[in-house]
Amino acid sequence: MSGAVAGGSGLVRIASGQGFWGDDLEAPVRQVEAGPIDYLMLDYLAEVTMSIMQKQRSRDARAGYARDFIPLMERIFPACANRHIRVVTNAGGVNPAECARALAAAGRRAGMAGCARIGVVTGDDLMGRLDGLLATGHPLSNMDTGEPLESVRDEVLSANAYLGARPIVRALRGGALVVLTGRSTDTALTYAPMAHEFGWPWDAWDRLAAGVVAGHINECGAQASGGNCLAEWWAIPDLTEVGFPIVEAGPDGTFVVTKHPELGGAVTVRTVKEQILYEMGDPRTYITPDVTADFTTIRLSDQGNDRVAVDGIRGTPPTSSLKVSIAYSAGYKAVGTLVYAWPDAAAKARAAAGILRRRLDRLGLEFDRVRVELVGWDSTHGKLAGPVPGDLPEVQLRVAVRSGDRHAVERFAREIAPLVLTGPPSVTGFAGGRPRVQEVVGYWPALIDRSVVEPHICVDLVEV
Amino acid sequence: MPRVELLRLAHARSGDKGDTANVGVIAYEEEDYPLILEQVTAARVKRHFGDMVKGPVERFRLDNLHAVNFLLHGALDGGGTVSLMTDAQGKVFSTALLRMEVEVSDAVARRVRGRGRIPPNHGRRGP
Repeated sequence: MSGAVAGGSGLVRIASGQGFWGDDLEAPVRQVEAGPIDYLMLDYLAEVTMSIMQKQRSRDARAGYARDFIPLMERIFPACANRHIRVVTNAGGVNPAECARALAAAGRRAGMAGCARIGVVTGDDLMGRLDGLLATGHPLSNMDTGEPLESVRDEVLSANAYLGARPIVRALRGGALVVLTGRSTDTALTYAPMAHEFGWPWDAWDRLAAGVVAGHINECGAQASGGNCLAEWWAIPDLTEVGFPIVEAGPDGTFVVTKHPELGGAVTVRTVKEQILYEMGDPRTYITPDVTADFTTIRLSDQGNDRVAVDGIRGTPPTSSLKVSIAYSAGYKAVGTLVYAWPDAAAKARAAAGILRRRLDRLGLEFDRVRVELVGWDSTHGKLAGPVPGDLPEVQLRVAVRSGDRHAVERFAREIAPLVLTGPPSVTGFAGGRPRVQEVVGYWPALIDRSVVEPHICVDLVEV
Repeated sequence: MPRVELLRLAHARSGDKGDTANVGVIAYEEEDYPLILEQVTAARVKRHFGDMVKGPVERFRLDNLHAVNFLLHGALDGGGTVSLMTDAQGKVFSTALLRMEVEVSDAVARRVRGRGRIPPNHGRRGP
């Protein structure tokens, strides 16, 4: 055991510090400084993040990871080393090796030369192996549509298998203060420390499943501790300095969700339930590389003082496949907006949209899709918003287009501004300039036999 | 029987998996969970959203949490970065679902009055 077990209490405190790439940059610093923790888990990857990183890497061989992570570590490295707070993160993106080099350099700048070890997990990246896999009977068919990957092969931007907790545990066992991965599951970043500290065997299905639930609660940061909480949001204290969640885990798989008492936010059964339900599929079978967890077995009890106890969780063995996250280039899109004011704001916006569409038609431009929304009326709840009231003070017209033809999208971007002088009156809000043409990245979930991925998983240990 | 918005009985969170939006609906009080199970069915949710949801609607129970999870297939215009929707990640399907009206007894209607909305005097200083 690493000796991190909190003050001899037999518990391990795993703090959530980032829920996505772009999350509150100060949150992990607060987690380290505002109270005791044993592990800091930083989740940077969402479905499309890998493809963005792959693009960055194709332009610059030294890019392709969560850059925010490096200056963050430079700030907290000494505190982590002195207090033996171990960091587990998927910041490595599509370039964990380069991320590790940048991290080691940041560690040396922070005076940590020779004082810390970095664990680097690779083997998730299937991009270089794709044709070999396709040729040897692994069609990587789309899980939703059944289509074989062959149909978009030339457009593929990135392909990564989701790895589980085992390689992270190997790195921790090897003495890593920081463990960097590429596409690990978000949940593994939290339960790998639990499996490591408590020496759980890999067939302890119920305990591993409990770890997965803890990971699911931790993986979106403040979404479990009062952020984005619909239940009486107005009564949640001090979101300005919201405390991200902390899992206090016990060796038997029970745990408490809490936060540092000095920080804002709230941990209640309501905030925790909302996060448990977030991005949930069939709750009976939450599939991970290490275990299949049954989320219907979760029992919660509110202990007060921002502490929610979790137990009762059951798990079953995992499947023989791993999920693969594939991104492919799927054309172009742009979004144009204009603001129309009272009176008859919505009617003016709709008339403008009609004029725009006829102009696009006359130019002979082809779009896969054109979508018109009135922001301030129906852009989020659609027809459920009901009929537009005649006295709506203002509305934003939002027109979005998508096409495989870049030229068509570029021309659309030039057709928004002219509406200001050639369309309905009382229009403004074009100060932001011409709409930006964006590349569309399609998401292609697939499965692959784990036996063709696992032999390629590598754990390297690097000294700072 | 009085009809109230589901917002009075439950809170919710929604998110995405590709082109599928999920909405977790959580009863504020355990005693209201059976009513939610009975009235907020997959078929009713499908009718509520109409053509906003192109595919089927599935419902899963989490009895321990007094919650149900809905999967709304084909709700996100392709999902991810492909979607042209403002709400491409289905973040506010939660409150869209809570607009649905359910039938409750007079006693329940009284008990849940005002719930789910910011109190009228919130943020004002007392006398």
